Amino acid sequence: MKQNLLKFFCCTVSALLLFSFSSTVSSALELKDPSYYERFQGKGISISVYNWGEYLSNGSDGLMNINEEFTKLTGIKVNYTNFATNEELYAKMKSGGSNYDVIFPSDYMIARMIKEEMLAPLHRENLPNETYLNPLFEENSYDPGNVYSLPYTWGTVVIIYNKEKIKEPVDSWNILWDEKYKNEILMFSNSRDSFGIALKTLGYSLNSEDPKQLREAANLLKEQKPLVQAYVMDQIFDKMEANEAILAPYYAGDTLAMMDSNEALAVAVPKEGTNLFVDAACIPANSTNQEAAEMYINFLNEPQVAADNIEYIGYSTPNLAAFDLLDEATQNNEIIYPSDEILAQSEQFINLSDETNLRMDQLWTEVLASKGNFAAWGLAPIITILGLFAVKNWIKYNRRKKRRRMIE
Amino acid sequence: MSKWLSKGYTGLILTFLYAPIFVLILYSFNQSKSRGHWTGFSFRWYERLFHNDAILNAFITTLLVAVIASVIATVLGTAAAIGIHNMKKRSRTVVMNVTYLPVINPEIVMGVSLMLLFVLMGIKFGLLTLVLAHITFNLPYVILSVMPKLRQMDHYLFEAAMDLGCTPWQAFAKVTLPEIMPGVVTGFLMAFTFSLDDFNISYFVSGDKFQTLPILIYSMTRKRVSPEINALSAIIFIVVLLILILVNINDARLEKEQRKKEDALR
Repeated sequence: MKQNLLKFFCCTVSALLLFSFSSTVSSALELKDPSYYERFQGKGISISVYNWGEYLSNGSDGLMNINEEFTKLTGIKVNYTNFATNEELYAKMKSGGSNYDVIFPSDYMIARMIKEEMLAPLHRENLPNETYLNPLFEENSYDPGNVYSLPYTWGTVVIIYNKEKIKEPVDSWNILWDEKYKNEILMFSNSRDSFGIALKTLGYSLNSEDPKQLREAANLLKEQKPLVQAYVMDQIFDKMEANEAILAPYYAGDTLAMMDSNEALAVAVPKEGTNLFVDAACIPANSTNQEAAEMYINFLNEPQVAADNIEYIGYSTPNLAAFDLLDEATQNNEIIYPSDEILAQSEQFINLSDETNLRMDQLWTEVLASKGNFAAWGLAPIITILGLFAVKNWIKYNRRKKRRRMIE
Repeated sequence: MSKWLSKGYTGLILTFLYAPIFVLILYSFNQSKSRGHWTGFSFRWYERLFHNDAILNAFITTLLVAVIASVIATVLGTAAAIGIHNMKKRSRTVVMNVTYLPVINPEIVMGVSLMLLFVLMGIKFGLLTLVLAHITFNLPYVILSVMPKLRQMDHYLFEAAMDLGCTPWQAFAKVTLPEIMPGVVTGFLMAFTFSLDDFNISYFVSGDKFQTLPILIYSMTRKRVSPEINALSAIIFIVVLLILILVNINDARLEKEQRKKEDALR
């Protein structure tokens, strides 16, 4: 029997292995300068790439398998692993147990990493494809002049709503505070995005460090709390698609995926302005293969590669040549590529001071802990039960003691 | 009435246990990426799964780590259990309490402390640290499942075997090991399953080259977990179910043979 099991197990594993190696091969790439990629051929180099989950085209839907193509072209092996939050990426790098060569932090995290000297300045001569970069992204508040980073994707935070349930025009963050939609509203479960929205609603900068403004924003979020059905991240897809909620803020690229599966959904850009987020490719200061890493970043910016990749991700590309390769419907989509007017109103996150980060975290805990939360109705019964237990045991103990004394 | 009630109760519990798995299997056949919206039947996620290197690599890493770690932990744990069993009473109590500690200790504490230890020792995170960490947290489970079997075992069997001319090694292999085998197998299976679904500890000690399936799935939560994971989970569930059925059939067969033999003897 044991042999049977073993055989079965081996078969499964080998079948999986076979399948994984027989993946389809796409057509040849058109490159401006193929000789650039030949430098490391046959040298057996490998680089470690640390990216967000589901954030690189992997060969599905007829799109390019980017890592495979890169290895085929350059002979550099790619170790590809994923993270879920900027903070996770930061913690992993700080722990010092692993060396990454290419990472993809967001704006405010890039600023923080630059400040802490965790990133290496990029060598321009190794990045000829930087010429495709949209001039709009040449001056970033998190990394002026893109010394340490090259933008990978960008997008805005928009409001997604169910147009069958909400008849009034949606054009302002204020609707997230409308009593009419009590228990139908979703909100971000991370402090930075939530505070950004509250600050924008109040007409302040979303990078505000003023304690008074932050306090006001926290009060606004507390006011909103009774109306909010849930604080979520990716569960928003399920809830909006299944009509469990009808109103939520989210990242523009992802709202398109939701609209695909539920036709009742629509998107609005708030008139108060919104957050323009950028995820960029960076090289950690302790990378041992900087040149190979730069080759990878440059490859990601080949027009065809970037176009396939952005089609897979669904966010917006800062690569102008890739933008030209997209179909017209995408190019003209006001949600993914908003007008200059909206962009002018939008703000990028920058890294806040430690003091402000701490204050924001405290205020956020306060918001989540305010009335109607688990602490209020959940803790009381638990304490009561524990208390009863303690009393019972104490009585038992005393009785036993008395009995023992009587026996003696 | 009470029979009807107990049946209903069992049914309710089974529904509760299996409803999520059935929903997951159902949605692995969904046409669209949505988890809340049924758009049609298709096999596309299964097809995609076999072309998704990231998921397959993570799955293979998970299996590899689980197999290596649980085998080593079983060997080490069994040896440790025998050693502890033969200790004097006081030191045995002390060692057993120390063994219990990692089981009660929150996994996250274990993860952080292992991470700090590896960094301090200058070991780069990778397959080695993953396997070492998994062996570490699997060991107590193996020891704890072998110990009761050792206690149940007749202590004089081993000595009798020696008296009859066995070398200590032979006595161990032919007498002790078969006696405690159920405990060893239980320990191995526990170690294996714990390894498969560990997230907390792997999260802290996985490096830039290897990631396990739970880490990969967690990393998808910004954009949404891909339905290929549903397909993979469905396959794993079916495989486990098949193995269980096969084992049960085999056991039933063995039992029948045993009974036949006994009947023949009579």
